[in-house]
Amino acid sequence: MIHIVAAGPVIPNYGTAHGCIANDNAMFCTTWIREHWHDTLEPALVQHVWLTAIAVGIGFAIAFAFALLAHRFGWLAPTFSAFSAFLYTIPSIALFQLLVPVTGITVTTIEIGLVGYTLLILFSNTLAGLRSVPPEVIEAARGMGLTQFQILRRVELPLAFPAISAGIRIGVVTTISLATVAAYITPYGLGKPIFDGLQINYRTEYVVAGLLAIALALVADGVLVIVQRRLTPWRRATA
Amino acid sequence: MIVGEGFNAHTFANAFRFLWYDRSFVATKTLEHLELSAIAIGIAILIALPLGVWLGHIHRGSFLAINVSNLGRALPSLAVISVGLPAFGIGHTVVILALVVLAAPLILTNSFVGVDSVEPDVVESARGMGLTPFQVLARVELPLALPLVFAGIRTAAVYVVATATLAGVVGGGSLGDIIFNEPTYFLSGVVGAAMVVSLLASSAFFLFAGLQRLLTPRGLRYVDAAHVPEEEPPSVLEAAAA
Repeated sequence: MIHIVAAGPVIPNYGTAHGCIANDNAMFCTTWIREHWHDTLEPALVQHVWLTAIAVGIGFAIAFAFALLAHRFGWLAPTFSAFSAFLYTIPSIALFQLLVPVTGITVTTIEIGLVGYTLLILFSNTLAGLRSVPPEVIEAARGMGLTQFQILRRVELPLAFPAISAGIRIGVVTTISLATVAAYITPYGLGKPIFDGLQINYRTEYVVAGLLAIALALVADGVLVIVQRRLTPWRRATA
Repeated sequence: MIVGEGFNAHTFANAFRFLWYDRSFVATKTLEHLELSAIAIGIAILIALPLGVWLGHIHRGSFLAINVSNLGRALPSLAVISVGLPAFGIGHTVVILALVVLAAPLILTNSFVGVDSVEPDVVESARGMGLTPFQVLARVELPLALPLVFAGIRTAAVYVVATATLAGVVGGGSLGDIIFNEPTYFLSGVVGAAMVVSLLASSAFFLFAGLQRLLTPRGLRYVDAAHVPEEEPPSVLEAAAA
């Protein structure tokens, strides 16, 4: 005897997605956050920190060298400032797209763009700091027999430090912001889950990634303020 | 993202061709871009300028005008847009919000520092001449603070115009529609639209620089805006996030 079992409807097994992931586009799906922290959010956050650190590091090295040169050779300052001020008027997203055919969809593309945008702030602040050193102080140092390099190292740079570190602070938060936009082109950093979430209209993803980017910017800013205070104890007395 | 075309010598020529052949479309997007930027800068000035000038006049609230303002400046614009999206929905409102968050801190800090750092002796002698507090503000403090106030507005305007591009991500209505849509407009379209944005941002800079010259009393035009506290280096050094 052949038993023909009436076949029930085939229910595809999509896995065990939780309610809010499967169908409810609620603003805050904590389950999604928990499940995707390790494969989406955490890597993006770590990448973002690295993208920012590399960009500000390289940007600072370039800007610092140029600021020292411009401190010696006055004509360099307006030239460099004009170039980097012009760069600021270009929307970052367009600059990244322009770089893609040259350097590909790589970290290099992001970094070239990000470094470019940090130059203006870091250069002008370093130069302003060096120029704010009173001539009498330098005169006195020279009178004490310090060489040009010693004056730079022991007098000018410490006195310029507050302005330089203010520049680094602004450079860091600016870079964190621009790096989110860069993810439209290259799949790195917190901008990636923001754009992904926007594209599939999944609220939790873009809201949480946005909040993480904001938190990262605020924490970085706070840490830099603390570091700045620690390194300039002589300013606390007067401030 | 699809790379629609390689970057070569023709890209810029094609960019100009795009701007010319699609000029009415580009003009529409440019006007939308300007409208969005103007609204955001206008709101930011309305909020931040009176507040900063007033706090500077009474020499109070440096915590709000500098520290809180620094926090506001740190917020990434795209993150502000994505976090604000559920509340404001797709459209211009959330973009304007992000642009105001970007611009207001710069204007607030600079107008506060500008008015606050006017030499006390000058204010004292103005008072001694019998000027009322309002006259001191309007005739002495504000004119002396003008260079710094305008430096803040100028920098903010450049950032707002460049950042209004982000409207292309949510709801559109700016040159960002072209810049964020390379598959449709190709690299030449992106470059063309970016050139327009760059031109608009530079124009905003020079517009406010010109306004500053017009508004600065003749006697003050030679005065250098050098009396800036070192904690807050002048103008563009006070840069924010684009």
